[in-house]
Amino acid sequence: MTAVRGALRASMLLRSVALVVVVGVVLLLVTESLSSYRNLQLADGAYYFCVLAGLTVLAGSSGQISLGHGAFMAVGAYTVAKLGNAGWALLPELVAAVVVTLVVGIPVGMAASRLRGPYLAGATLAFAVGLPALADKFPSFLGGENGLSINPPVPPSSLGASFPLERWEAWIACAGALVTLFVFYNVIHSSIGRSFRAVRDDEIAASLVGLRVGRRQTLAFALSAAAAGLGGGLLAVVTQLAQPGAFPLQLSLTLLAGVVIGGLGSLWGAVWGAALLVLLPNWTNDIANSFSLSTSVSHNLPIAVYGLVLIGAMLLWPSGIQGGVRAAVAAVRPRVAGRAGRGRPAAVSEAGAGESPVPVSSDQAASDEAAKAPSER
Amino acid sequence: MLTIEELTTDYGPVRAVDHVSLEVPDGSVTAVLGANGAGKTTLLRTLTGLVRPSSGHVTLAGRDITRLPVEEIVRLGMAHVPEGRGVIAELTVQENLRLGGMWRGRDAAPPAEIYELFPRLEERRTQPASRLSGGERQMLSIGRALMGRPRVLLLDEPSLGLAPVLVAQIMSLVRKLADTLGLTVLLVEQNARSALSIASRGVVLNLGRVVAEQDPHKLAADDRLLHAYLGF
Repeated sequence: MTAVRGALRASMLLRSVALVVVVGVVLLLVTESLSSYRNLQLADGAYYFCVLAGLTVLAGSSGQISLGHGAFMAVGAYTVAKLGNAGWALLPELVAAVVVTLVVGIPVGMAASRLRGPYLAGATLAFAVGLPALADKFPSFLGGENGLSINPPVPPSSLGASFPLERWEAWIACAGALVTLFVFYNVIHSSIGRSFRAVRDDEIAASLVGLRVGRRQTLAFALSAAAAGLGGGLLAVVTQLAQPGAFPLQLSLTLLAGVVIGGLGSLWGAVWGAALLVLLPNWTNDIANSFSLSTSVSHNLPIAVYGLVLIGAMLLWPSGIQGGVRAAVAAVRPRVAGRAGRGRPAAVSEAGAGESPVPVSSDQAASDEAAKAPSER
Repeated sequence: MLTIEELTTDYGPVRAVDHVSLEVPDGSVTAVLGANGAGKTTLLRTLTGLVRPSSGHVTLAGRDITRLPVEEIVRLGMAHVPEGRGVIAELTVQENLRLGGMWRGRDAAPPAEIYELFPRLEERRTQPASRLSGGERQMLSIGRALMGRPRVLLLDEPSLGLAPVLVAQIMSLVRKLADTLGLTVLLVEQNARSALSIASRGVVLNLGRVVAEQDPHKLAADDRLLHAYLGF
């Protein structure tokens, strides 16, 4: 047991594989027991997770904002639709969706790396508004306002003739989410993730250690675009449709709201955000129905609730749901550790050693702090 | 050899560095002294490309680096430890150090020699840089710069805000780096006495111009000059 724990601590790759396997098994078991409707919701959550994981790395680690990720989803969805109708198999279709979005994401990312703050937000916003409108410009190729419909994915016959389509779709989407989880877990915890955070924290310091700031930002942008492309491709598979109406500006905005509410920079935050994106519209619909509100009210209720949740979350948990969870865990842990501590003296002394510096240097640190205080403040 | 020829930098109508020419020989420590606003920091920022000069040239080991992007200048061997240190607060000490070697493709753990120079950093290697004291941040920043194996080290006010014991430690470390690694050091300081105590040469800037350039002992003994430009 301790050997396993040691190996997991030593190797990031091993840790991420273990994480993916555990989550994968749990998802597999969960899909068995869910109704068709719930399985579809799970599939929705899974492709949202792909997009939000990319967006959380972009906005949280690299510090760039994008209001245009709905457009990258559209690129992925249309790629899958075109290739699916040309007779491609599912897996190559999705790989192509990732590659095409990556290729689109690189030039957009290069432009984005030269923009800051509101200018970056504005440029990506224009992308979100402009790109889906291309479908209208090329009606014969992209299907115009009605979009392109795709044949539903067929569960392999080895699973049995009565295997429900919804469960198969949930499996496909969850597989995509697991791949995304694996990739971004490794990105966040590797030198690439550290360089992203360095660039976000202090661009000057990053360039002074020899990092090419623009290229790092382009890389972050292209990676997160590719994830959005995968999410969009999965959306097309699950809904069997790629149409401009599925990628309105509102989608891009709710995606960003999702990562912020979930907790920026954290993959767990992306999970919370994805759950919220799926469940919130449902709940608001239920509320609207149970109060028998007029359609003009019920149609706008989800947006209003988003706004309220965003405001509420920012007041309650400024670092998102995941930040709130972390704070709650931190508040509970000392008590738990204190109780368990008697049984595990090694853990306590280990923690104690880190906190007690050599006497000489602690004096220096203290006098150093004292000297710093008046000059820096 | 770092050669600075007639370097001039303007901030709009304000001339911060005014036709400065300096030759910094390999393995030497040159102390650049001056009061607030003398142009010391701007000189360093111009050397690494953070600010663009209006005219003049900077040559590093025979190559004109005046117009190169910051990260290319760094990759050619010019390390700049900025005022205020510029450590990445949320990364740990070790991660900060690794960042310094990243462009060389060495993302391994920092080599033992860095920790030999800074035993304090080894003790705190798994702590986030935000938890370090000012002196430790200064050491981390210098250590990170060394991870890129530079030829020239530009230090901007390393003594700022540090207790006298620590200032002495940092200064003797700078001397040691020049002696053992053959590092060329350009040391910008307001703390003239401690900087001159380890320098091979002293340069005094005033209003962007070089007003004195001589042996550090003579400079330290020149009360009139120090009084006029440094306010002693």
